[in-house]
Amino acid sequence: MSETRKVLIDPLVDNNPITLQILGICSALAVTSSLKNSLLMAIALTAVLAFSNASISAIRNHIPSNIRIIVQMTIIASLVIVVDQIMRAYAYDTAKQLSVFVGLIITNCIVMGRAEAYAMKNGVGMSFMDGIGNGLGYSLLLIIVAFFRELFGSGTLFGFEILKLTKNGGWYEPNGLMLLPPSAFFIIGLIIWVVRTWKPEQVEQPDFKIHEQHALGDR
Amino acid sequence: MEAMLSLFFKAVFVENMALTFFLGMCTFIAISKKISTAIGLGVAVMVVQMITVPANNLILNVFLKENVLLAGVDLRFLGLISYIGVIAAMVQILEMILDKFFPALYNALGVFLPLITVNCAILGGSLFMVERDYTFGESVVYGVGSGFGWALAIVALAGVREKLKYSDVPAGLQGLGIIFITVGLMSLGFMAFSGIQL
Repeated sequence: MSETRKVLIDPLVDNNPITLQILGICSALAVTSSLKNSLLMAIALTAVLAFSNASISAIRNHIPSNIRIIVQMTIIASLVIVVDQIMRAYAYDTAKQLSVFVGLIITNCIVMGRAEAYAMKNGVGMSFMDGIGNGLGYSLLLIIVAFFRELFGSGTLFGFEILKLTKNGGWYEPNGLMLLPPSAFFIIGLIIWVVRTWKPEQVEQPDFKIHEQHALGDR
Repeated sequence: MEAMLSLFFKAVFVENMALTFFLGMCTFIAISKKISTAIGLGVAVMVVQMITVPANNLILNVFLKENVLLAGVDLRFLGLISYIGVIAAMVQILEMILDKFFPALYNALGVFLPLITVNCAILGGSLFMVERDYTFGESVVYGVGSGFGWALAIVALAGVREKLKYSDVPAGLQGLGIIFITVGLMSLGFMAFSGIQL
């Protein structure tokens, strides 16, 4: 049981797909300007990731290794089509706003990455759990980014007004930068800084060290 | 002609694939340590984009649209799987052609060619083409423009990163963190192009 727990909890902070594995930063960030869109995107991605992991793991011993990429791609693409159709049926407006980004789950490196790195070597149940865990780690980051962008960018959360805007007679002047793409990069950069300050073992070694003796103070 | 030119500049600067739509981010961050490799990858993406966007445009118009293949049948839900199939096949064919006729270029691109299949910028280009209903001519221009824009962005980032190596970065920001901040600043620069009407 503890193994399952580890697979499920690890990707949240200790081995987060975005901040540590550099997977799946693509596309989905573009939807983080509102919390509702990101939540839907996170659910879609977690579902695709869990089921693709499970099905690839189920047939892992029958896939010839030289065509495995194509097989994985087909499975993932079919799952994304299912998710896309469901979304269009039940959440048409949001699906319209997400536009091409639902389809882009296919090429989200996180799905392929986990299929290659985990599902090809482990059993069905564990692969499913790994999918859920990594999906949650990804969702967590997406939702944190969306929280800050929506709160400071338009003063709302899920469309409800939290900070009263000046144009409605309140006090908060919305920060337009938060709705533009650069803010997502800044927020992720800062989140990575916070996480690595909290867990110093994740810090990367610099390519070059500045030699201590040459530092200005010692001269 | 003027409309085409405007579409090209829009695809390169205003709607830059990497910096405004976050497409192809994984490779963008992972393979931008050196300018020379960044140029190789950028060229490869541009070539593939130039071929796949028009190819997918043909697929859409010849097979998938309503009433085209069979009367009363709308196959557009098969779009995603056929586009990714076309992209994978194109990359494979391109790899074989390069290997046979341009071995020098093939060796230079090396492992990046197969990686392009899973680059979101390529699939993203095709999906934007579908969503915006481009004609065949427009899709050629859009393919070249968006590919060029992505190449431009990754070469610029590689240039910044080569200099960044020698700077003293706070421990927690080392590596991934500072790259994100850098990309954010570059993206802020590209924001200056937004709203330009040609």
